This record gives sequence, structure tokens and C-alpha cells, in this order.
Amino acid sequence: MERYDVAVIGAGVTGSAVARELSRRAGRFIVLERTSDVGEGTSKANSAIVHAGFDAMPGTLKARMNVRGSQMMPALAAELDIPFKQNGALVVCLNPEELPQLEALYQRGIENGVQGLELLSGEEARRREPNLSEQVCGALYAATSGIICPFALTLGLAESAAKNGVEFRFDTRVTGLEKTETGWRIETEHGPLEASAVVNAAGVFADGLHNLVCAKKLHITPRKGEYMLLDKTAGQHVAHTVFQLPGRLGKGVLVSPTIHGNLLVGPTATDVEDGEDLAVTAAGLAELEEKSALAVQRVPLRQVITSFAGLRAHEAGDDFVLGETAEGFFDAAGIESPGLSSAPAIGEYLAGLIAQKLGLADKKDFDPIRRGVPRLAELPPAERAEKIRENPAYGAIVCRCEQISEGEILDAIHGILGARTLDGVKRRTRAGMGRCQAGFCSPRVMELLARELHMDLRDVRKNGGGSAIVVEKIRGEDAQ
Amino acid sequence: MKREIVIIGGGPAGLAAAIAAKEAGAQDVLILEREQELGGILNQCIHNGFGLHTFKEELTGPEYAARYIERAKALNIPALLGATVIDLGRENGALTVTFVSRSEGLVRMEAGAVVLCMGCRERPRGALNTPGTRPAGIFSAGTAQRLVNREGYLPGREVVILGSGDIGLIMARRMTLEGAKVKCVAELQPYSGGLKRNIVQCLDDYGIPLKLSHTVVDIRGKERVEGVTIAAVDDHLKPIPGTEEDIPCDTLLLSVGLIPENELSRQVGVEISPATNGPAVNESLETSIPGVFACGNVLHVHDLVDYVSEEAAQAGRNAARFVAGEIGSASDDSVKLIPGGMARYTVPVSVSPRRMAEQLTVRFRVKDTVRGGVIRVLVDGEEKLRRRRPVMAPGEMEQAVLKKEWFAGGEKQIEIWAGKEE
Repeated sequence: MERYDVAVIGAGVTGSAVARELSRRAGRFIVLERTSDVGEGTSKANSAIVHAGFDAMPGTLKARMNVRGSQMMPALAAELDIPFKQNGALVVCLNPEELPQLEALYQRGIENGVQGLELLSGEEARRREPNLSEQVCGALYAATSGIICPFALTLGLAESAAKNGVEFRFDTRVTGLEKTETGWRIETEHGPLEASAVVNAAGVFADGLHNLVCAKKLHITPRKGEYMLLDKTAGQHVAHTVFQLPGRLGKGVLVSPTIHGNLLVGPTATDVEDGEDLAVTAAGLAELEEKSALAVQRVPLRQVITSFAGLRAHEAGDDFVLGETAEGFFDAAGIESPGLSSAPAIGEYLAGLIAQKLGLADKKDFDPIRRGVPRLAELPPAERAEKIRENPAYGAIVCRCEQISEGEILDAIHGILGARTLDGVKRRTRAGMGRCQAGFCSPRVMELLARELHMDLRDVRKNGGGSAIVVEKIRGEDAQ
Repeated sequence: MKREIVIIGGGPAGLAAAIAAKEAGAQDVLILEREQELGGILNQCIHNGFGLHTFKEELTGPEYAARYIERAKALNIPALLGATVIDLGRENGALTVTFVSRSEGLVRMEAGAVVLCMGCRERPRGALNTPGTRPAGIFSAGTAQRLVNREGYLPGREVVILGSGDIGLIMARRMTLEGAKVKCVAELQPYSGGLKRNIVQCLDDYGIPLKLSHTVVDIRGKERVEGVTIAAVDDHLKPIPGTEEDIPCDTLLLSVGLIPENELSRQVGVEISPATNGPAVNESLETSIPGVFACGNVLHVHDLVDYVSEEAAQAGRNAARFVAGEIGSASDDSVKLIPGGMARYTVPVSVSPRRMAEQLTVRFRVKDTVRGGVIRVLVDGEEKLRRRRPVMAPGEMEQAVLKKEWFAGGEKQIEIWAGKEE
């Protein structure tokens, strides 16, 4: 049986961050992922925000990890070659009676150690963000709040880990855990393996794993959040991430530019039973329309290009569950918002605990630098021309809406954790993420996947499992 | 590098515009085509019915395209394939076109005139805010058409189609012929968005029900579509509770509208008409930027390719006249064209009597089905033309022909009126 020092269960942003931090140490590490790609769960559908850290209650793990993660993010984004921008956030107050709560939020931020906070009048807030509604009577400004691509962050962390020797195994569901004398025997659908330590980063399914081995049980509720994504023509509608101060009208929804220049509206918050329930609902979309209008006027909802839902792993104790909860079993459970912001800090924290426990030494040849797929459309013309001279496939545009070339798609397929599916290509390159939503480019991307990975078009899938795109061949030699 | 006329797009509009420009005397016409071959979307339209007006015969899409491709070849019109225009700009009064391609790299050039022929794209599911999951098996009708007709693969076996645009109707028949079961076509509006002949030949002939005033209110299935729920809608197009019907299927095709692809047009600052989502053009099919012309589906969504070719030829000729200095700058004698009654828009939106030819075809669509209708042209309120149209439908383009002789100078407005005959 194969033996590892550490097995991380779950290749979301948390598991990938832990894996990358582990890869700074000498040892044998593996990440086990039930789906076909990194970031297929909670990490793929969230607000794509790096929170400043004023929201969580002082003293909680959420507060500590958020503030630390937010501090780590600029340098990390540079190391991993992923776009990140501190665009600043405004938490707007819509009711003068609730201004004391805004003040309290400011104080909480100070207590959490957040830098760059400022209380603004309604007028001052509107001066900085002209499309705020007339109802806005005050705002908390957070300069360090940022926007990031959650796919890029997850992939960047995972690829960096892989580059530094961590193994990744996809389509591999963990079916059982058994304590052994030297660690854990991990049953998977493709056979067992052994590890001295296990990290539980299984997102909405983390309670199931935890409860297999720990006396003190966890209870995670998948909390659905629905979103609408608007075309880039709407991306300038606000410059800051606009949150609503939780109040009489509930939690409110955010309106924010994305790092790629679209506009994002969401999320709702509905507890669901099924950890795979990603359906958007008419009620949810109606709620987004109604609530977004409270804080921001004239949100151009006619320019919606897609709507989607994500699930947050809400733990009953309302805080992250981090640390060694059974001998050699390390939890990263209950990672809901601000999980994306906290991921680098959670990785650092847990990998530190594990290294200490197992006595893992630092590795001298750890390489923190990872390069992503080049983004040709963002290069100055001369550099872009030079790139195309070096590799003519960079001149063949496949996705017209986002101007993604064949070369970028080939890079994504042949990357260290290469794309295997249409969604995998989309998340690595943005091909298919634009206004036509893959109408034109999907047949072309399917062809490239089939050609490069030597498979039949019938075996090209949207994501994992039974998500094949075409069902049968109707012409040609082996038509059936 | 400087080119006389650059045609952006080598589909039916681009081909006809290039040919007409060359035939009108332009020396240096270049087609930039993003795909690997000329012909555009016609290449995947293997059904017949193309060319009835132009060639008085029924051709398939590729056959129709081939006639123009051969003509362009005979005229030695160069076309760069796999060349995607990434920027259209203006510098010191000159138009600049920047494209990338595998063979040429990144090229920036000046153009004496540009003809916009980029066509249109299909409205995606996301734009509809349809509730439900996002599994494999949801396609825009044109994507499915490409998979079947070009790649040779069937996208699914049990199909529901939302929207009755022409591509959806054509694909209902196409999927049926390939052995799929098309369960129904649901259309939100109380009328079809497609041609009457397509409803008869693609749905009625195969017993496929067309459910008007219906929409999809839920999509089920995690990995692959497992079913959809359709429901009737009220006069405000809102689903009526209690009318839901679950339909098991593995595929949902969408034919819910076409959007002219005007990203480049916007980039250079061309004024866009909110009614058509295409450039606002004058009688010469010239946009708000002198020397930039538009035609085909990038200008407004057409029903028949024959009209695209006709319109594009006009744009191409005018581009040739523009670079030859024959057309003059947009003139101050422009008369506004406005839609009246049930007419939804007009192309063009203004007419210069001085610049117009002896006759000028104005194209438009109606907002709703009109029976026992009439089309009238009123110049400053005075009726110049009245033509009976027994049936007008939103899915079919209408036209009215203006005559130069109607204008003596100083006219203010031309109204194209369509509606029921009183």
C-alpha cells in the first residue's frame, strides 16, 4: 500500500492552500479529490472577494485567519501569477437608526487589526461611488478589501503545490478512514492508501469525514448562495465592492466588480439539504434584483450573462474548525465566508501544526514562483506580437468574446494540473466565460480537448461524471 | 500598412460587400475572417431554402456561400483566414484595424473604409435567468447545429426547445431526422419568432408541438439534463402557477434571440440603435463614423440571407464610392426616418436625398402579428406610398422602397407606418 506523510482530502481552495504550505517541507504529500478538477465545490461559486476582516467577531478563528489571509494575499498573488486588486469596499447603511451598528462594525474592524478603515457620510460615500442609492446614509470604507479570481487562486495554489512535489488524485472519493498504529488507512473508490496525518478539507462534506473519527460531532449545513453575473459592459457600474450593513432588512447582497471586469450581484442565503444542490431559483433571482437595488441604483440587470449558485459549508458553531481534532486528524471544516480570504492563512496555520507534529523539515528547494497561462489579450500589442511570433497558436483566437487563443487553451490542457474538461478549460483560461457563454467556442474547445488528450469527442465532458456533451457519432467511420 | 477597404467578416455579408466594392472599382479590398474558411454561419446551414430571391433556386447554405466565394476568388479579392480583429480605432482621422492570426501575428493597419460584417450571436441561457441547474445538455440551437452538421455528433436524444427562432425550428427537424425525439418547442411570446415556412416544414410536418405563450421555468439534472418544467405565461410573460408540466429530456436547445456582435463597433465609437442593437446607419449604410459601413446581421438580424447579400452589396458599393471620394461627407440634408404604428424600427434611420440612389429599400420588422395590414410611407405627413400586406409577423422582415423623386429638399421626416388597414 502506498504510504504518505500527509493526505489532504479535498482540492478546493483550502485543501490546495494546505497542500502548498506542506510542500515547503520535505515529505510525501497527496491531495485526494472526489471531482475531476480543483475547486469544483464551494471554491468555484462564491463572491470572489478578499475581505478586509472587519466582519468576523474578535477572537474567532474567522477573524484571525481573515486578517492574516488578507495580509498575505498581495504577495501570494504575485508569486502565483494571479490577478488581484484591492479595489476597496463600502459597507453601506440604509437606515439612519442603524448608524450605531455601522460604528460598531468599524470598532470591530479596529479590534481585529484591520488597517485602512474609515467611516463616511452618505454624501461622501456617494461622492466616491456615484451609483450608490439615495438611501445610503453612511458607509464603512475598507481600503484593503480586494477582488480576486477564485478559480485562479485555487489553481495557482494547487499547481504550486504540484510543482513542489505534491501528488493530486482526481475522481477519487474517500469512502472510509481507519486509525492504524502509524496513522490512517484511507479507503478510496480506487483502493486504499496510508498516511501519517490526514487533513479534512472536504467543504460541505467535511462533517461526514470528521464524524467518522471524532467523538465531538460537527454539523455542517450547505447554505446556498445565488448570484447573477453581468456583462463587462456593466463592469464599471461600481468601482468598490458594495456590501449592505446587515440590519432590519436582513443581510443584504453585494454588488461588486470582478477582477475580470464583470459585475457580480449576490448572494442569497438559503439552507439546503443536498450538498450538491446548485440550482438557481426564481425566488432567489427575484431577491437579488430587489435587494441589490436598495444599495445601488440602476443595476443594469438586463445585461446578466449567467446566474449560478454556490454552497457555503456552515458549521453549527459558526466558526472555522481548525486543528488536530483526533490523533493525526486535522480539520479545516466549516470553511464558509471568509474562507477564500482566509485560505492562505489556514494553509500556513495547519501546515505549521502538521509539520510540528510529524517533525517535517523545511525543504531548501521549495520554489514559490508559479506561472499561470499567459493572458494574451491583456498584454501590450508589442509583447502580444512577440508571443505570437514565439508560438503562432497564440494568434488563433478560439473564444471571441474573451479573446482567448488556442495557445492559451493548449497551455491550460498541458499545465501541471492540466484541464480535462470544458469547465476546466473555462476556469483556467476564461474561454466560454464571456457574453456568448461558450456558444461559439465550445465545439472548438471540445475538439482541442479530444485532440490533445487523445480521446473521442463523445468522452469530452463539461465537468465530471456523466456530463458528456454529445451522445453519439452520426457520421464518419465509427458512427453508431 | 494601409488598405483601401477592410471588410471585417467573411460570411454572406462580408463576401457580398467585398464583391460589390471590387466591382464598383475599389482596387484594394481585404476580407478578415476569424474562422478557417469563408462563408460564415452558412457553412453549418446544410438545409435548403437559400437563394430563392437571389438566384431563383433553392440552395443549401454551403452552396449559397460557394457562389459568393467563387466570385470573390475570380475577382482576386484576398481573404485572411483565422484572422480575428481585436481592435478597431481612429487615429488622427484615419481608421485603424488591428487583428491577430496564426500566420500573420499581430498586425495593425490603416483602412480607407471599413465594412462591419461581424454577424450576430445567440442569446445564451444565462441572459434568460431561467431557474434550475447548469448541467451538460443545454445548448444554443446554433451550437447544436454546428455539432450535428459540422462535427457529426448528436448532442442528445430527447429534446425540448425553448424559443421558436428559425435556428431552433430548423434544429427541431434536424435532430428528428438524426433520430432524436423533439418533445416540444416552447415560445414565450404569443407568436413565433421564426418564418412561417419553417413552422410548417420543421414542426408541423413532423408532429412537433409548438406551445406559444409557454416558457421553461426549471431545469433539472446535476451532470446531464434530466428534465425541464414548462409553464404557460400570462400577458406580462410571467409564468402562471398551476400550469407547470414536467418533461423528461436530456437536452434543452435555446433559440431565444440573436444579438448583433457590435463589440468592435462600440470600441470605435459607432452609435448603436437600441431598437436593433446594430449601428444607426444612414441611406448609404454608413454608421455615425464616416467611412465605417455596416450590413448583414451585425446591422440588424435578418430573416433571409438573400436580403443580407442585397444589403451588403449596397454597403460595399458605398464603401467603394467613399474611398473614391464620390459619396461626399454625410450631408446636412438628412431626413429622419421613423417607425410608426406597428413598425418596430427602420434601417436606415436617416436619408440624404442628395446621396441616395433613385430608389432606396428601407427594411423593418413589426412588433406583433398584423392581419389585413398595410404599409404606408409618409413624408412630412403626406402619404407617398400605400401597400397592402395581408399578414405581417415579427419573425419576417418587411420593406418599403423610397424614391428620390419624392424629395425636393427641406423635408423633415419620413414615417414608415405599418398596421391594420382602417
